[in-house]
Amino acid sequence: MYDFAYHRPTNLADAARLAKEAEAKLMAGGMTLIPTLKQRLAKPSAVIDLGAISDLVGIRVEGGRLTIGALTTHADVARSAEVRRTIPGLADLANGIGDPQVRNRGTIGGSLANNDPAADYPAAVLGLGATIQTNERSIAADDYFKGLFETALKEGEIITAVHFPIPEKAAYAKFPNPASRYAIIGVFIAKGPQGVRVAVTGAGNGVFRVKAMEDALAKNWSADAINDITVPASECNSDIHASSEYRAHLIGVMAKRAIQAAG
Amino acid sequence: MPHVSLTVNGKPASADVENRTLLVQLLREKLGLTGTHVGCDTSQCGACVVHVNGRSVKSCTILAVQCEGANVTTIEGLATDGKLHPMQEAFRENHGLQCGFCTPGMVMSALDLVKHNPDPSEREVREWLEGNLCRCTGYHNIVKSILAGAAAMRGQPTKAAAE
Repeated sequence: MYDFAYHRPTNLADAARLAKEAEAKLMAGGMTLIPTLKQRLAKPSAVIDLGAISDLVGIRVEGGRLTIGALTTHADVARSAEVRRTIPGLADLANGIGDPQVRNRGTIGGSLANNDPAADYPAAVLGLGATIQTNERSIAADDYFKGLFETALKEGEIITAVHFPIPEKAAYAKFPNPASRYAIIGVFIAKGPQGVRVAVTGAGNGVFRVKAMEDALAKNWSADAINDITVPASECNSDIHASSEYRAHLIGVMAKRAIQAAG
Repeated sequence: MPHVSLTVNGKPASADVENRTLLVQLLREKLGLTGTHVGCDTSQCGACVVHVNGRSVKSCTILAVQCEGANVTTIEGLATDGKLHPMQEAFRENHGLQCGFCTPGMVMSALDLVKHNPDPSEREVREWLEGNLCRCTGYHNIVKSILAGAAAMRGQPTKAAAE
């Protein structure tokens, strides 16, 4: 690891000021950043650790939506009675990320800022039509994800919370890589205030929606409704873990499992 | 040079570190606590699991400077007055270790499980061990040990494990 300056601000204003520095890198749980630094794949001038900003931690339900602070760990989301009561599929998703030690450190804000193409949270955020709150603005999920590790966040912009509309039904089904537990394919399906939404992670360069499945499920909420709907293999990645054809096939399988789990 | 002060196994500890120093390096190289092992150094194997503020973490994937003021427990902090912790004793009794390299991480991970789930099923133990690898592949007795350790911590006599 190359050395770097280290800052641990205790409030958002200080963090935002420090983040403006060229080559500075924000760190939430560090579950991706620290391994990246260890491999010398990044060389930030400074690491700004958000871990001491307690305002960014917490889960609450108000105004018909579930709000999760950006620094809330996967373990806390998985164990939260509020999440379990309002969006159990989201608690299940959090409980399937990585391993227990990753879940004890990794955060929802960190996952979304990183936007790994095989991460789980992007599927939930897009599938539920959530809103990403930053220190500067609110960003709708449909406008947030911009492809491989790319998001609508500007340099130094900090996610503070994620607001989830509470759905009538929702579930996530994942075919995990057996070693990393990243999604080879993960499908989040929700039926809620914004209609039916189907979001797929792990398939391509970033999370995406499958409009044909959404339309079919809006007419007929059952696994059979999407029997004949496929995502073209040309839209899926191929790597040592799965071919593009296999990934395309898994989207259908995981989508059906998600519908069945959602009930 | 940054200076870190924290509590390790109930005692105050401090050391000069670099910003890039990992917690596991602080523990092993500065504080001499070599019971915490470095297996893969890529956050996969779990040999380096310790508790930070009561939660199991991979000490190869957290910076020492992030642990300023933290309360850290390592495998060395479990035994009291020369008596093994019930989870350690269960590993000894059930042959839960072969080469022993992964054992400190297994024990520390197991204690985090039992804290949230005092009476885990075999399946729950196996799922929990997602982040702990045993290259001897001795999982059978590791799982047996954790079930026995959990029972002992609940104050129940250990049952003979079904073979």
